[in-house]
Amino acid sequence: MTKPRTVAATEPVVLDARSDAWLAALRDTGAGKDEAVGQLHAMMLRVARWQVQRLRHTVGRIDADELDVLAQQAADDATIAVLGHLDDFAGRSRFTTWAFKFAVLQASVTLRRYRWRDREIPTEPQDWPYQADPGAGPDQQVAADDLAAALRAAIATALTPHQRDVLVALAINDVPIDVLAERLGTSRGALYKTLHDARIRLRTRLTDEGYEPPPSRRETAR
Amino acid sequence: MTAKAHRMVSRLLGTGEPELSCEACFTHLDRYVDVELSGGVADREIPGMAGHLANCPACAEEHDALLACADLPPTLPGEALGPPR
Repeated sequence: MTKPRTVAATEPVVLDARSDAWLAALRDTGAGKDEAVGQLHAMMLRVARWQVQRLRHTVGRIDADELDVLAQQAADDATIAVLGHLDDFAGRSRFTTWAFKFAVLQASVTLRRYRWRDREIPTEPQDWPYQADPGAGPDQQVAADDLAAALRAAIATALTPHQRDVLVALAINDVPIDVLAERLGTSRGALYKTLHDARIRLRTRLTDEGYEPPPSRRETAR
Repeated sequence: MTAKAHRMVSRLLGTGEPELSCEACFTHLDRYVDVELSGGVADREIPGMAGHLANCPACAEEHDALLACADLPPTLPGEALGPPR
């Protein structure tokens, strides 16, 4: 009986049989590798198709053939990414879950970029916070208006121009972070760091002025 | 505060709690999802993940998608998704 292999990690991790089989096949130097790569691509395509269908409503009118081309592009990119990062698989999840995340990422990014392909990035706020809420009571609306004014002032005076541009694009104008990163020639991580720093500055300013920023709920994705 | 106002302040200020970066989120996302699916306490295993998912809509969407598809049936007609022979 073959001893299950382990992968490099902080603590030794024993792979489950299916993950072990995937890794062995994809690292094969013989003819078996072609078959394994083909199966990997089929798996990436299936997940990419599933995800583009899931996000189809976000891109407006698109015919099925064009949507499938996007899924196939995402599957191609995901397959390359999985093969390129094979040594990063730490065995802390199932191999399929690890591989699926590349397909999910590529399909999501592809659809977001498709949605914004012919659109300029708005540089001014399209919808300032705390527009009148018909369901709010008088006291709630006064408090909301007060905080809105404080937020607008903080955005105008507490942030660097770059922080303001990134915050306005991501948090007010709903520009997807991948799209903004591509347009600005930077990375998603670098933009998120800028957003994070901007949020800290806003919270600090509001706290200094006597406001108590409320805890947040999880927001649904756009 | 109204729900609409609360949503707007959440988008502008985030949760203010410790959180992972987008890169770290992607690195640990598969483990996080598998722990969730196995009934474990994923937030204890990967601190800062929940905070990031609350603050980053793109990562949250990818988390939700992976959570929904990670347990897809291993085979569908016409496609063999099991491990290679």
